[in-house]
Amino acid sequence: MPSPILQLQDVKTHFPVESGFLFKKHAGTVKAVDGVTLDVMPGEVLGLVGESGCGKSTLARTIMQLLPATSGTVVLEGKNLTSGSAAEILAVRRDLQMVFQDPFASLNPRMTVYATLAEPLLVHGVCQPSEAKERVAKLLETVGLAPRYMQKYPHEFSGGQRQRIAIARALALSPKIIVADEPVSALDVSIQAQILNLLSQLCRKMNLTLIFIAHDLSVVKHISDRIAVMYLGKIVELGPAADVIERPRHPYTRALVSAIPSPNPEIERQRQRIMLPGDPPSPLNPPAGCAFHPRCPYAKEICSASVPPLVAAGPNREAACVRLGEI
Amino acid sequence: MPLLEVTDLRTWFHTRNGVYRAVDGVSFSVEKGETLGIVGESGSGKSVTCYSLLGLVPQPPGRIESGTAMFDGVDLLHCTPAQARGIRGKRIAMIFQDPMTSLNPYLRISEQLIEPLIIHEKISKKDALAKGLAMLEAVGINDAPKRLHQYPHESSGGMRQRVMIAMALITRPELLIADEPTTALDVTVQAQILELIKKLQQQFGMAVIFITHDLGVVSGLCDRVQVMYAGRIVETGDTRTLFAAPRHPYTRALQRSIPSMQPKGVELYTIPGMPPDLSKPTGGCAFVARCEAATDVCRATDPRLASLTPTHATACLRVQNNEL
Repeated sequence: MPSPILQLQDVKTHFPVESGFLFKKHAGTVKAVDGVTLDVMPGEVLGLVGESGCGKSTLARTIMQLLPATSGTVVLEGKNLTSGSAAEILAVRRDLQMVFQDPFASLNPRMTVYATLAEPLLVHGVCQPSEAKERVAKLLETVGLAPRYMQKYPHEFSGGQRQRIAIARALALSPKIIVADEPVSALDVSIQAQILNLLSQLCRKMNLTLIFIAHDLSVVKHISDRIAVMYLGKIVELGPAADVIERPRHPYTRALVSAIPSPNPEIERQRQRIMLPGDPPSPLNPPAGCAFHPRCPYAKEICSASVPPLVAAGPNREAACVRLGEI
Repeated sequence: MPLLEVTDLRTWFHTRNGVYRAVDGVSFSVEKGETLGIVGESGSGKSVTCYSLLGLVPQPPGRIESGTAMFDGVDLLHCTPAQARGIRGKRIAMIFQDPMTSLNPYLRISEQLIEPLIIHEKISKKDALAKGLAMLEAVGINDAPKRLHQYPHESSGGMRQRVMIAMALITRPELLIADEPTTALDVTVQAQILELIKKLQQQFGMAVIFITHDLGVVSGLCDRVQVMYAGRIVETGDTRTLFAAPRHPYTRALQRSIPSMQPKGVELYTIPGMPPDLSKPTGGCAFVARCEAATDVCRATDPRLASLTPTHATACLRVQNNEL
């Protein structure tokens, strides 16, 4: 059994909300990530799904150390990032890279592709400035772009090509883990397929660990080995990808799976949809007990009494629901 | 007689960089009470087609070069502004993609909601408000009396899209055009909105044109589907036939590139290359550069939509010649 490459222990990221103009008052706390414990194995693709506002992006940014964790620890190969000094964090930054959702916003419009890709190489002193050109050319080839594009600016590329450049930038420092935050949501289906293929090829070839965040369950199922489902700052279900989607245990995952429209009209016409009433609650004022209970079709009194922990729910599976045995 | 019959619609954009043929010879019809899905990737002309019908294309740079759109004896593309005003917002209504930006943030929901009634039906404000309240309840908004007098920012995305739907349906239109109404919403909320559109359609007996890029959404909602590519309709048919046996190489490629249609872990099919530049028509089929089955004939001849069966038509020369 290999040891996990990344360990999250009870990670919480809270944002204080203040009211008033001159005399700021503490008005509440948004618990964007509220107690996530998760082990990521080397070489695996972990899919993170949930609706907007569930904290999946905040969790990604906390892992990346772009946001300070309020409490809990993020441990990368034995090194605790949450208590590390700035210099220590800079040293591990190269092992941990990120690809963002919108390739139109995540590339600097005033930097050429060469400048964008050479910057991390030079900042981290990976190569001499004289070798940078060769390295950048190689990177572009890795992501399926011709090296002759090096002197172009981002506006000269399409969305799919820009996302390839963003992936090349993430790969520049040969990281161990890539966190991809909705990397295909802004792309058309035909382009989405290209980027998904590229990501899974790269993972296999370079033995990368990928944390893949998306709200589209079918995309996540396709690319991931394991899936973690988040709701209001907590992981509510965790398990092997196909298993979680085909046999969801947690009522929220069930509703989520049943809400995906199927591109097969025969299936679509026959199936029973679980309709969730209302919207996800505000993380500023979450419901007591299980955060999902106001929308849950199986909710009972016991659900509002205490927060259910993640417990074993079958082989390699975990779910956070007190009524797991009954439903 | 169909409710709406569009013939040979061409909407071109005249820009400094050339003439972009965003919609280039599109013909289709919508029957009373049916749901037509228009599917395509960004830039395929699906939104511009519908914007043209309602006179929402900015002119210039846009120009409607040819075509007619007959709606109950009136040509929407050539009628007087007064005639258009009598139809738009009353008999044909539209909902837009982004509920966050398509409501006016300065006006209370009540004012925006009853505006079409005040304009089109000459009823008193009090009666209009009563109708507005009933409509908000019909689209499933809880505590509607309170919501009615709130501002848009006080509601969530799903709630705002419900308000948009209520606003569009308040005049009981015969045709609703929905331009990607669920793209900006979460899946569980999307499921609610789709269910709502289905329910209201049955209740009011209206026809719906549903524009989307998501094949999954179309499959559950639409009676007929048409697939657009580079400003043209490349395939059209009833939903079951088109999904079970797509014939045009583009439709087939599109279907093969969706993860949920493929076994897990399998390499997804990718369409090579990129959509063509709409300002440089090639004379042949627009898909030719990305098509696996392209021949010299495809490069030279402009394909027309031709029927394979009474309910299924495709604009692929090789399919029409029984070669594919």
